[in-house]
Amino acid sequence: MKLSTLVGRELFERRHQLLTGFLAIFLGIAVVVSIQHVSHFSEMAVARQLDQLGANILILPKSASLKDYYSADMQSEVMPEEYVTAIALSDVEGVNNLSPKLSVPVRIGEREFTLTGILPKSEFQAKAAWQGAGVFSRATGHVCAADLPGYVKPSGDEILVRRRVVEILGESEALLGAEAAALLGIESGGVLELLGKSFSVSAVLPQTGTVDDTRIFAHLHTVQDLTGKGPALNAIEIVGCCQQITTGMVRKLNALLPEAKVVTISQVVDTQVKTNAMMANLSVLFMVIIVLVGGAGIANYMYANVFERRREIGTLMALGAGSGMVLRIFLLKAALLGVAGGIGGYMAGTALAVALGPHLAGVTVLPLPLLLFWAVLLSTAISLVASYFPARRAARLDPCASLQEV
Amino acid sequence: MLRMEHVDKEYHHRGKLVRALHNVTLEIERGEFVAVVGPSGSGKSTFLLLFGGMLSPSSGRVLFDGASLGDLSAEERARLRARRTGFVFQTFNLVPYLTALENVMVPLFLAGMEESAQRERAEGLLARVGLEGRLDHKPSELSVGQQQRVALARMLANDPEVILADEPTGNLDPETSRSILDFLVELHREGKTIVLVTHDPRVAERAGRSLRLVEGAIVEDGRHEFAVVG
Repeated sequence: MKLSTLVGRELFERRHQLLTGFLAIFLGIAVVVSIQHVSHFSEMAVARQLDQLGANILILPKSASLKDYYSADMQSEVMPEEYVTAIALSDVEGVNNLSPKLSVPVRIGEREFTLTGILPKSEFQAKAAWQGAGVFSRATGHVCAADLPGYVKPSGDEILVRRRVVEILGESEALLGAEAAALLGIESGGVLELLGKSFSVSAVLPQTGTVDDTRIFAHLHTVQDLTGKGPALNAIEIVGCCQQITTGMVRKLNALLPEAKVVTISQVVDTQVKTNAMMANLSVLFMVIIVLVGGAGIANYMYANVFERRREIGTLMALGAGSGMVLRIFLLKAALLGVAGGIGGYMAGTALAVALGPHLAGVTVLPLPLLLFWAVLLSTAISLVASYFPARRAARLDPCASLQEV
Repeated sequence: MLRMEHVDKEYHHRGKLVRALHNVTLEIERGEFVAVVGPSGSGKSTFLLLFGGMLSPSSGRVLFDGASLGDLSAEERARLRARRTGFVFQTFNLVPYLTALENVMVPLFLAGMEESAQRERAEGLLARVGLEGRLDHKPSELSVGQQQRVALARMLANDPEVILADEPTGNLDPETSRSILDFLVELHREGKTIVLVTHDPRVAERAGRSLRLVEGAIVEDGRHEFAVVG
């Protein structure tokens, strides 16, 4: 005879009564797990959509204003390119894309254009130290757009338009905005003379309706060399990911670059923060309801079980069981109930989310194994807390009254 | 071995004060077989439970082998019951979802014995009460006489010095009742101290000493000359 045998036999013997207690916790956990699954993948979908809106954090020279930036980001102030390395090597989480740039006005014939130097992604990856720092994959906790299952990466031109990121850009290559290409009469594959250097046009970008349409993009280092500005930048655009924006990312960037100005693009960030907060609040609301309903169900079952077993408890006390042993008997039963409810609830909730997620939320849902741990932990905690008072009542039963001998 | 000193026991039942025992003082020597008789509600069971440390007196002291039970903590009283006292109940109080063998193993488990040793001792005890062929039967699969014999085996599990029996033959037919009493007499011969509550004078006659309780007070305390003759 062991404590587990004693508890297990009783559980099996009264399995039909156990069903009510089990269902209370099982259904509760299933709902929580299901909501967590759907909200996680919905959050990722929202993050992906927001990510496509472009950069949400800007790093500008201290004296520059957002107004300067929006007027074709050609403020005269510059900041050192080292800032990019500093961010790449830092422990700042949630940097999904990092786009340093230097913009200068250029005149071609009678017309004025903006020449913007950008750094292709291949150069980030080529730098071993940056690669080791994993700057583009350090969005821990939340999966960003590039990591989404089934996410089809946009074409190079689209990425450039949205994020000003291109995979490869040679030092003598240029990309033309749609309007600039039309005005200059140059197509993809053509040649362009700029600041005394000949560039081959790799691509003409799709129309965006923004200042980018009149922009010419070239390699950052080439623009720096041609303008004699050295390793300088006008701005660093960052696509910050998910909750990290609100959980210290901007503060960390400010601390990292005290000589620069870190600003968020409020509409994008606000939308992201509000969406995440709404989902988090919804989950918490359901969690509270489930804890109350599940806990009440378990407590009700355990009180009934203690009442039914008064004689048995009295007998065990007469045979030498102390109140501590009686407490352990009921709490072990509660823990087993919690573990079973957690595992069952996780499986049912996951199945429900996988099956209904695409129909109800329009997202593909995959099982999240980590939720099993949380489901079992939550379920066991609810079961133990809800059972504590019934168990304590059992431990404090008057054995004489329970034996009905007096 | 067992002693009560000016014990009063009162409790409330449905808002009314009930006096179960009043100023009881007595001593039971080691190895005595004492029957406690009296009408229903006279305080017999309260008397037994006080000796078992399952009730505390409202006033006075209950001593077990010189130690006041009131001075022991609840856990210490539980350990005392587990190691030195055996209870037998009128309604047997077997755990319904455990087999005969497991029921006998319960007190051994509560006393902290290893599982293999529990099993060995429980099998031996069930063999002693003639139930070696019913080890895996649940109480509902046994006759009432067999159930009481399982309860006796369970009571003997930790080889108690004191046996507290509350109407152990109350629910049994005459023949089974006789065999249970014979068994208790045999245990008495082996040196156990037995306190047996009964309302049946014929059962009380098998004991060496009879206490008569009326309205919570001992009104008679007598010894029988031929007490243990079967």
